[in-house]
Amino acid sequence: MITTAVTITVNGEAYSTEVESRKLLCDFIREDLRLTGTHVGCEQGVCGTCTVLLDGQPVRSCLLFAAQLEGACVETIESLATDNEHLHPVQRGFWEKHGLQCGFCTPGMVLTAKALLEENPDPTDEQIRTAIAGNICRCTGYVFIVEAIQAAARELRERGEAVDA
Amino acid sequence: MKPSRFDYHAPTTLDECIALLSRYGDDAKLLAGGQSLVPMMNLRLAVPEVVIDLNRVAGLASVRRDGDTLVVGAATRHHDVAMSASVREAVPLLAEAAAQIGYPAIRFRGTIGGSLAHADPVSEMPCVAVAVDAQLVLRSPRGLRTVPAGEFFVTHFTSVLEPDELLVEVRFPVMPAGAGWAFVEFARKTGDFAVAAVAAQLLLDSDGRIATACLGLAGVGERPLRAVDAERLLAGAAPGEQAVAVAGEQVAATVARQHGGTDQEREYKAHVGRTLTSRAVRMACERVERSS
Repeated sequence: MITTAVTITVNGEAYSTEVESRKLLCDFIREDLRLTGTHVGCEQGVCGTCTVLLDGQPVRSCLLFAAQLEGACVETIESLATDNEHLHPVQRGFWEKHGLQCGFCTPGMVLTAKALLEENPDPTDEQIRTAIAGNICRCTGYVFIVEAIQAAARELRERGEAVDA
Repeated sequence: MKPSRFDYHAPTTLDECIALLSRYGDDAKLLAGGQSLVPMMNLRLAVPEVVIDLNRVAGLASVRRDGDTLVVGAATRHHDVAMSASVREAVPLLAEAAAQIGYPAIRFRGTIGGSLAHADPVSEMPCVAVAVDAQLVLRSPRGLRTVPAGEFFVTHFTSVLEPDELLVEVRFPVMPAGAGWAFVEFARKTGDFAVAAVAAQLLLDSDGRIATACLGLAGVGERPLRAVDAERLLAGAAPGEQAVAVAGEQVAATVARQHGGTDQEREYKAHVGRTLTSRAVRMACERVERSS
């Protein structure tokens, strides 16, 4: 089949549509849904900037076809903040610690970090560096990115404790 | 770049999948995790007319114990292999290698069967399969056949898989109690393609000497290899620094003799082979000593 009918939930909203078989998930997100927060760099799985969460797990959206994703739940960077006043703790970490310069790698970096912190709320710097090894940043040198993720981890832990108390 | 046009099929049963494969043969590509195939399609290095997606085929992703064998379904993802308690207990070498594949985003999608069928000579799963004599179960319209990992890989990106054949499961011998293991690799950066890798598993006799050594090498030849000379030298040796040095030197000598590249490449690969073999054997010895 050259086209396939799919229903994909993106950021909580279900989209039912016909997609061309060869349409990559990243292009479906950007072109069909006009969610341009997901960036596309190398289109060969190397740079990590197109990372999105598929059923909660970070994946390269340039290495998936939209046609494969019947019934799947995708989260993009647009799902994190509702407005400028309500950033996700990972976004706030990047904001406060200057974890970005040009911003091209940031969507993938933030989503990779979010998934890491859900699995490991108190990572070491080395664990953070291993987790983001597949997300290439050519501006920052990564130091501030690691600090940003540590700041987010602290905030999420404090918030978790506040909820538990 | 974008992939060229193709017909997409998402069968839900193995029979359906085999029927599609026998219909399209060489024109079709099987899509498992897509972490190697889709980059090749995006670069137009692969231009299949038909893509058969295995992700909805029931029963291909599982891990189970069958007596002294660990059976891993071909569509089991690297992340699940790495985290599986059964894999860690039965074949810890396999779990350790799976955890070193690519990046988290690659491991959440990539599959063991895809990696084996892709037959990249530097990748982790072929190296482990060859090291511990895994058996690969292949299915085609003619039925099932089982191929030892040592006979599965032919050369770069080429295996004995026929165009209408599908890898369905991989059978690993369960590691005997008291054995030591290690998977070590060297890459220019964490998660990047490895320059080389070594899989080691050491089985001890009742005197605490090495009874059998299994050493798999990736990245030093056109397919994953067994370091048979080094294995022979390790048999009967006591686990320790002497064994570490002997194994490392023998692998370096073998690579220097057999590697087909330029003098510089040969020298470099021999050096990396020595270093990684030493590290793997040392770690395996330490684990033997710790568990005995």
